[in-house]
Parts: sequence; C-alpha cells; structure tokens
Amino acid sequence: MPSQTLDQILEGRRSQPNQLIEVLHDVQKNYGYIPREAIKSVSKELGVPLIEVYRVASFYKAFRLKPSGKHVLTMCEGTACHVRGAHLLLDHAIDQLGIKPGEVTPDGLFSIEQVNCLGTCALGPIVAENGSYHQRMTPAKLRKLIETLSRQKTEEAHYAQTQ
Amino acid sequence: MPRLNSFRELEHLRERLREQRRSITTTVMVCGGPGCQASNCHAVVDAVRDELSSQGLDDSVRLCVTGCHGFCEQGPIIVIEPGNIFYCQVSPEDAFEIVYQTVMNGEVIERLLYEDPVSGKRFRTEAEIPFYKAQDQQLLSQNRMVDPCSIEDYIVAGGYSALPRVLNGIAPEDIVNEIKASGLRGRGGGGFPTGRKWAECLEAPGDEKYVICNADEGDPGAYMDRSVLEGNPHLVLEGMMIGAQAIGARKGYIYVRNEYPLAVKNSRIAVEQARELGLLGNNILGSSFSFDVDIARGGGAFVCGESTALMASIEGKVGEPRPKDVHTVVDGLYHQPTILNNVETWANVPSIILNGSSWFASRGTEGEQGNQDPGPNRSHQEHRPG
Repeated sequence: MPSQTLDQILEGRRSQPNQLIEVLHDVQKNYGYIPREAIKSVSKELGVPLIEVYRVASFYKAFRLKPSGKHVLTMCEGTACHVRGAHLLLDHAIDQLGIKPGEVTPDGLFSIEQVNCLGTCALGPIVAENGSYHQRMTPAKLRKLIETLSRQKTEEAHYAQTQ
Repeated sequence: MPRLNSFRELEHLRERLREQRRSITTTVMVCGGPGCQASNCHAVVDAVRDELSSQGLDDSVRLCVTGCHGFCEQGPIIVIEPGNIFYCQVSPEDAFEIVYQTVMNGEVIERLLYEDPVSGKRFRTEAEIPFYKAQDQQLLSQNRMVDPCSIEDYIVAGGYSALPRVLNGIAPEDIVNEIKASGLRGRGGGGFPTGRKWAECLEAPGDEKYVICNADEGDPGAYMDRSVLEGNPHLVLEGMMIGAQAIGARKGYIYVRNEYPLAVKNSRIAVEQARELGLLGNNILGSSFSFDVDIARGGGAFVCGESTALMASIEGKVGEPRPKDVHTVVDGLYHQPTILNNVETWANVPSIILNGSSWFASRGTEGEQGNQDPGPNRSHQEHRPG
C-alpha cells in the first residue's frame, strides 16, 4: 500500500526540475513502480516536459515502468559476484520462476531485477530480497529461498480462509 | 540541541560532551556496515543492548553501532575498548557471554577470537590481526569510534576542529595553497592534483559556485568511498565546507548511488544534524560563511560517475557526458564554476588543515603523497577477503 500520496512526495519540490530524479525515486518506493499517471502529474508539477520525464525514467536503470512482484529478487551482477557465479543464480531464477529480469510472475509474487554492484563483494554472490541481503548464494540456497517465500503466500491464504 | 553561534560555543559543546562521557568505562563497538548487516548484525546489536540493560550497565557501557571495519568476511564483528578485543562471527546467543565475561569481568572468550586460517593461531586484539596489521588507516580508523548517526560522537572525537580555522580569517588563496602544498591528489582514479583544481575554480569568474562530492562509486570490490560516507559522513561534510569556503561556494551536493542505501541514509542524517547545530546554513558559527548541502541520489547509471554526466544527473536530467573543451571548474553544474571531488579526497581535507600540509606530504610516497585508503577488499589476493 502506498504510504505517501503523490502530493506529499511533491511537497516543497514543485516547479523545481532538478528534483526530478529524487521525486521518481520516491514515487517508485511508494508504488513499487512509476505509474503512467504519476509521470503525467510529475511532469506538470515540476514543469518538465512529459517526454523528458519519460526519457529520464527510462534512462536510469533504477526505475521501473511496470509493477513489480511482491518479492523483488535483486541479483547482483557486479564483477565480484559475476566471477563467483552470479550468472548461475540468474539462470536458476529464470528457470524456476519462468520469467526474465524485469518481468513479474503471473501470480504477482516475484520479479527479478539486476544491479551492477551492491557493495558487499566479499560476501558474494549476493541476492537481495526486498532489500534484505542474502550472502554467498548458491542455486540451491536460492531455490530454497524462493520455495520458502512461495510457501508463505500459501500459508497466508490458508490463514485468511480459516478466519 | 541549540544552534551554535560562535567558535567558542562549539568548543564548549565539545567540552561538555566529553565531560558527560567521563562515566563511560567500556565501549562495545558493533560493526553495522552492509557486510555485517548481511550477516545479521542487527540481531547481535539488539541482543547486546538487552543484555547490557538487564545487567544495569546502560550508563557505564557505551554500545556504538559503527560503520564498516573492513573485515566483512568475518562479520558480524565486535570490538571492545579498552583492550581492543576483537570478536568475529558473533551470533546473538553470544551476547550474554560477551557482556558477562568480557565487559564485566575482563575475560577474553577464546572461541570468538579470529583464527588465522594458515597458522591456526588466534589473535586477541584487532591490531594484531594480519589483515589489519599491515594497514595504516588514516580515514577508516575513525570509523570504529564514531557512530555515523551521531554528530556528538564526531565532535567528541575532535571533529569540526578544522572548520573554525578556515573561517577565522584565512584567505581563500591560503587554504588552496595549503591543499596544493600537501600534494593531495584526486582519489577517484585520475589522480589530478586537488589544489590545482581548487585554484582554477577560485580564479574562475562567477558569483554562484558549487562543490560536489562524487560518491557514485562503481569499482568492483573496492568500496572505500562507501565505507567512509556510511561510517563517518561528518568528515566528508567538513571537508566540503572547507572546500566551499576556499572557492566561495554556497551550495554543495553529495551525489550518491541509490544502491548504497545506508550511505544515503547516514549522509542525510548527518546533513540534518549539521543544519540543526548551525554548521550548515546561514552565517555558520557566527561567521559570514553560508553554505548548505543536499543529497542527490543516482539512478543506477554507471556513466554518472563521469563528472559532466554526474552534474547533468544532479540537474535532474539524463546522465549523458558532454565534451569537456571547457573544464567543469569553469563551466560545471548549471554552467557555473564547480569543484567535484571524490569522497576520499574530501575526507582527507580536514586533517590537512588541522595537521598541516607537510604532515600529509610526509606520508605516502614521492609523487603520491598522503595515505590511500585500502578499502575493505584490499586483501582479495590473500586468503582473507575483507
């Protein structure tokens, strides 16, 4: 659920085109992605042409223009993680979830993101799940992590039914 | 805390804080860097805090969650002073033993000490460990003693002592000459002489000038900038204030990667605290110097480490480099004269002002004066990756 309204995010930043990236970061944090409507409002309120907002939102890798899954698996593809087999993890996630980076599973539960470096190279390869870091990952550990997270969903549904 | 309006008030605050801390007999430092966070250091912090409370030691023992200690591989890490006792791979279950045996009775717990994988020898103190022994840490050594979210810690450790010196009637040219004489060079990779950059910016015509801290670090496995900004953000801020005073800038930016959430958070807290104390804002410490800093987050674009792309990104635009036929010291952010320095470069500035350029120049090697931060992963070639 969004914890801030767009109005709150824009508070004190209106008519300041230089705040564009900061505003887009906060919009994404709030909604999980950057919705089409938000792009329009941001363009109007900051005084930046619509095409420029879109250009910035699509240029920076950090921004998503489509909704993400409930659990975002951020796979570090930095050099240190890469030499420690990060590509095996990515292949595994793609296989197990049946989606590519940037996509969401049909049940809306998972999405995969790639980043360049999370700055925790000594403990790589790193997979972050909604911001919490999992160190020294292997395909087997990743499989278990995904299974545990899927099971949570089933248990939650079961709990809701029994209430 | 009330705003400080003079150099004297800053010194009074320092004295008062030091007085308040006289009753502290032991400091337990838990590393809170991302490496240790990945090893669940928060649970360790909570367990130690609970244990200290239940033993009634809240007043005499200080629990300090610090920035990165550099030995991430062995996390979570705890260092206990006095004694410099170093425990690694600590779990929350060890909290009782650590508090009861080491903090209260001064006994060392053998099994938590670091064991050298080659010789099998265990080391009692941090300073003895081979990983640290060969290091002469100029910037990162302060990470251990300072809680990055506490401006008081930085002030008690002697922070913001260099700032009054440059505000106290030293001519901007003299500050620049001091930096020139120290031989400090850019720490971002290019190694351009910092003093020369500042001198060119000082001479460049323009009423509005800017200083920028480049924290868009992207070198694999060498996150010294992250460690400094996360662990001791006030040191970077103080360096930027000195640079701003030297070239006559009123506004600064820290451009930091969004992939470093802790660096973003800690630098934001530091800016807020400095504003509250009047170390940022109008008429800093009652002088005519006015300066403020904003944090600008990157967007995951590697190219934004390049100076002109970085400046475009701060302006809220797509981070594309432009030709640099006119340097950014003349035509930089918003087409105004701008100095852009790396985190580590800024962090070196306060100590150069405090200890003098000859002190700094006496360290390091000919042509590469000063001390370069090793970064946590320096020992990747060995068997002890940081």
